[in-house]
Amino acid sequence: MFPKPIEKSAPWVQTAYKLTLPIALILWLLPLIGIAMTSVRPAADLAAGNYFGMPSGFAGVENYSAVFKNSNIGYYILNSFKVTLPTVFFAVGLSCLSGFALAIYKFKSNLIVFFMFVAGNFVPFQILAIPVRDLSVQLGLYNTTMGLVMFHVAFQTGFCTLFMRNFIKSLPFALVESARVEGVSEFKIFWHIVLPLMRPAIAALSVLVFTFIWNDYFWATVMAQDASVKPVTAGMNELKGQYKVAWELISAASIIAALPPVAMFFLMQKHFIAGLTLGATKG
Amino acid sequence: MAQQAVHNSFWKTNQKALAPWLFLAPGMIMFLVYVIFPIIESIYISFFNWDGLAPAHISQLTSKEYVGLGNYRDLLDDDSFYTSLWNNLKWLVLYMLAVPIGLFVALFLNQKVPGIRLYKSLFFFPFVISQVVVGLLFSWFYAPGFGPLYAIIKSITGSETAILASDTMATYGIILAGLWPQTAYCMILYLTGLNNINPEQVEAARMDGARGLTLLWNIILPQLRPATFIAIVVTVIGSLRSFDLVSIMTGGGPYGSTRVLSYFMFEQALSEYGTAMGYGAAIAFVLFAIMMIFISFFIYRMLQQERNS
Repeated sequence: MFPKPIEKSAPWVQTAYKLTLPIALILWLLPLIGIAMTSVRPAADLAAGNYFGMPSGFAGVENYSAVFKNSNIGYYILNSFKVTLPTVFFAVGLSCLSGFALAIYKFKSNLIVFFMFVAGNFVPFQILAIPVRDLSVQLGLYNTTMGLVMFHVAFQTGFCTLFMRNFIKSLPFALVESARVEGVSEFKIFWHIVLPLMRPAIAALSVLVFTFIWNDYFWATVMAQDASVKPVTAGMNELKGQYKVAWELISAASIIAALPPVAMFFLMQKHFIAGLTLGATKG
Repeated sequence: MAQQAVHNSFWKTNQKALAPWLFLAPGMIMFLVYVIFPIIESIYISFFNWDGLAPAHISQLTSKEYVGLGNYRDLLDDDSFYTSLWNNLKWLVLYMLAVPIGLFVALFLNQKVPGIRLYKSLFFFPFVISQVVVGLLFSWFYAPGFGPLYAIIKSITGSETAILASDTMATYGIILAGLWPQTAYCMILYLTGLNNINPEQVEAARMDGARGLTLLWNIILPQLRPATFIAIVVTVIGSLRSFDLVSIMTGGGPYGSTRVLSYFMFEQALSEYGTAMGYGAAIAFVLFAIMMIFISFFIYRMLQQERNS
């Protein structure tokens, strides 16, 4: 283990380490702690210049209900779910299929197709934006949830295919071969043999894609105009204009917008980290 | 009946050759339509002078006029282009700090004391929240008069700097905000890497008297190479993609000093007032070309690994 395990150090070093940990954490999360405090601060505190001292009272209920009452944030959150959940389902579903194809079959253009997915996944969004918006207009999908979902599914399929293909490659290939010998059809091999083994990969990708799409801001801005379509990221920008210097309301809105992916992360932490760090240990 | 039999036997003999394409079809068609073709179309559009109307009337786009490399020539005369390019370079270089700092934090947290798992997840937190929220957090931190970072800078330098309103400082202020989640990302990559280090090698090196930085440099870092590779890939891509923070924190200002290529393109072609599709496409292509240099290198390395395995 590196660095040297702290248990083997002198007792004062151990104590120092255990003291440093919470201090470092507080410093690291200071922006978040600050905003969480502000979101429950009475507006009067801010007017009086009390930005960082103890709040003079707890106004969390007022602030949060004010945000829900006089802004569209409720709709924005709902819109975000309407974009994010179908995207997760279809992007992960499609990439199960394409990842299986690229991991199991040896055919001439296999690596070319694979690297097309990999390379496409890295390109800047701006090179896609004008044609994608145009296409969406032509299909009648501009400024609709469906239009956002279609694009996100297509784009995320790149990353997800990379992930799934590498995951399936690490499974024992003998399973597939013995099934073939027994005459099991290719689709049944996928459905009954490989898919059940892919559960951890499906879980990991689902959390990751959920977070990516929930936090997407560029496409939310480019593809959605109306409050009835706008996801919360694009909506936040609107709120920022609406609330100007009412930081207690902006803070409350930020916390609301950040909550779903944070909850997702804490519930599925193991899968989330397994997904992000794929490839960090081998290769 | 006979036809059915023919069909069946055709399927039986060719199943293994056809199956991969059937599995691939849905994902690949989506990817071609929404990613690959748009790249080609964007490059094509960049050779035209094409002013769309406001996005609300997007279906009534004006006709295109072929101008060859005209848009690219105009770019070379555009000061905003050089500002954006220069800022992209600042992002690229300074964003790289996330890799060593991430390693440092990972080494700090790689212990087995009670509660350390919770610490690790809380340190990772900034990466989970959206950059829109990160941007708002930091705007507030920098706010003149009461922002804590503003106060810190004031106590150190004695001068009152409104970072995001200063055309020389604003870009650095935004990059600092970006480093926060990016460092968390690199940290988690390194924590996973450290978890998988071969303990026997480390012990053997310790027997030989290696410790501290020597041990880190000669034994640990070589084993962390896959983690470092991925950390560099995601950091390079992340720095060139920077858009959200610029848009939220300064909107490219003050005086366009914080523009990066991605935001400059957005202003020209996608924002409320941006109708210069051809020009925007040309900017996007420049950004794309810069990224392709890195992407090709990454793919080359991945390809080598494929061949070796």
